Amino acid sequence: MNFPQQQHIMKNLQILGTGCAKCNQLAAAAKQAADESGIEYQLEKIADFMRFADFGVMITPALVVDGKVKVTGKVPSVEELKKLIS
Amino acid sequence: MKTEIKKLALLGSVFAGVYFLPVGVPRFDGAVFEALELTKWYAREHVILCLLPAFWIAGAIAAFLSKAAVMKYLGPDAPKVASYGVASVSGTILAVCSCTVLPLFSGIYRMGAGLGPATAFLYSGPAINALAIILTAKILGWEIGLARAVGAVTFALVVGALMAWIFRNDHAEKNRNAVVLPAEDNARPLWQTATFFAVLAGILVFANWGGDKDSGFFAAVHAVKWPITAGLALILAVLLHIWYRLPAWRIAAVAAATTALALVFPDHPQAAVLVATLGLAWLTAGRDDAAGQWFAESWSNAKQIMPLLLGGVFVAGFMLGRPGHEGIIPSAWIESLVGGNSPGANFFAAFSGAFMYFATLTEVPIIQGLLGSGMGKGPALALLLAGPALSLPSMLVISSIIGPRKTAVYVTLVVILATLTGWLFGLTPG
Repeated sequence: MNFPQQQHIMKNLQILGTGCAKCNQLAAAAKQAADESGIEYQLEKIADFMRFADFGVMITPALVVDGKVKVTGKVPSVEELKKLIS
Repeated sequence: MKTEIKKLALLGSVFAGVYFLPVGVPRFDGAVFEALELTKWYAREHVILCLLPAFWIAGAIAAFLSKAAVMKYLGPDAPKVASYGVASVSGTILAVCSCTVLPLFSGIYRMGAGLGPATAFLYSGPAINALAIILTAKILGWEIGLARAVGAVTFALVVGALMAWIFRNDHAEKNRNAVVLPAEDNARPLWQTATFFAVLAGILVFANWGGDKDSGFFAAVHAVKWPITAGLALILAVLLHIWYRLPAWRIAAVAAATTALALVFPDHPQAAVLVATLGLAWLTAGRDDAAGQWFAESWSNAKQIMPLLLGGVFVAGFMLGRPGHEGIIPSAWIESLVGGNSPGANFFAAFSGAFMYFATLTEVPIIQGLLGSGMGKGPALALLLAGPALSLPSMLVISSIIGPRKTAVYVTLVVILATLTGWLFGLTPG
């Protein structure tokens, strides 16, 4: 019997930011959005900006979902984030 | 056991500090008095009329100006001349928070327009942010404010171009990843944005109009500064309703409260301005649209900068005193090191500024204190040009991005140019 695959896929959320106020805001908002939409996820904060270039990100804070840059340079609302991570 | 020993050491040192506290020694008492007086003066003279509107302007820059439009010119395929020009002024828009400067520098260097524009941005970023320029002009006078703004932009171009030329044969390994630019979400036409900023800037300028009160152009404007400010505020209220869709009845309520205070306390314009500012917060806070973002950006600026600035003012007052008074450091020392306008004084100011760390905006009260203790205006500008752009901690990070050799050249260029510019500015009369 085959289970629908999507239900067990773990979303990988990465927050890029050097630890300034905005980056923490984005991390908190992303966590809230993920919790409220009930997906399985792991959240990682990346503060080493030498690694930002690997994502092509210049302006922090940024949100990366499963390797794709979804947000850069701002903190969207929780509602907007829900759409971006689902 | 170890923690108990730590506690004992802490208690002991606090006790020793209090036991030997030099209360009653005239210089110490004087310094504490100066610190309190200076902080009070800032709170009374600068916070409501200047700093609060400036927070809103900086917030508007962060919320309303399109970062994507600017970043286009700092990308890998941008025309070189344009990227230098944009890099040297874009600090105003991109570097609203000082913690974004270094990641952006690394980004422009490694995946964007390259070393020259990256260096231009690195230099101008902290020096040209709107709050820094406004506060410098308000407290240190518009000549130094203007010299700082013009100097910072020119400097950024020169330092960037020199760096690119010195290391022209050195092609660092570029990151081949595609650059992800922020999404363009700013649908407002340019003329609307420009008008909005002009009105905000006008309110700030006229509410703080100073200068000669007795005769001439400055005095003529001084007589009508509040009617002009009120007129601009009225325009702002209309714009907020038609462009940003703020409810008319709320705007009317704020306008009524402001007008009432202005009429009841005509000699205390601060009351009306304070209420108008709080009213603006009430109008914009908690909304999901652009106006709500404007409030969020302004408030996060205020939260971050106010404690640092007042703390910095207090420390500067303690160390250096108000202009014409002495703090804990004797004025004669300051005067012997950075008084007058000798090349040596300018170099000392530029060199020590380059290594010193200034928390956001605290360079202003510190330089005010130094000027009051006998520092020349040339060395003051040299310190302003070299100080906020560089510090020992930032040098270490820069070095990890571009290597120690390029960092050493960059620091040397900044110190030499700051010395020269300060010296030239010191030669100008007045």
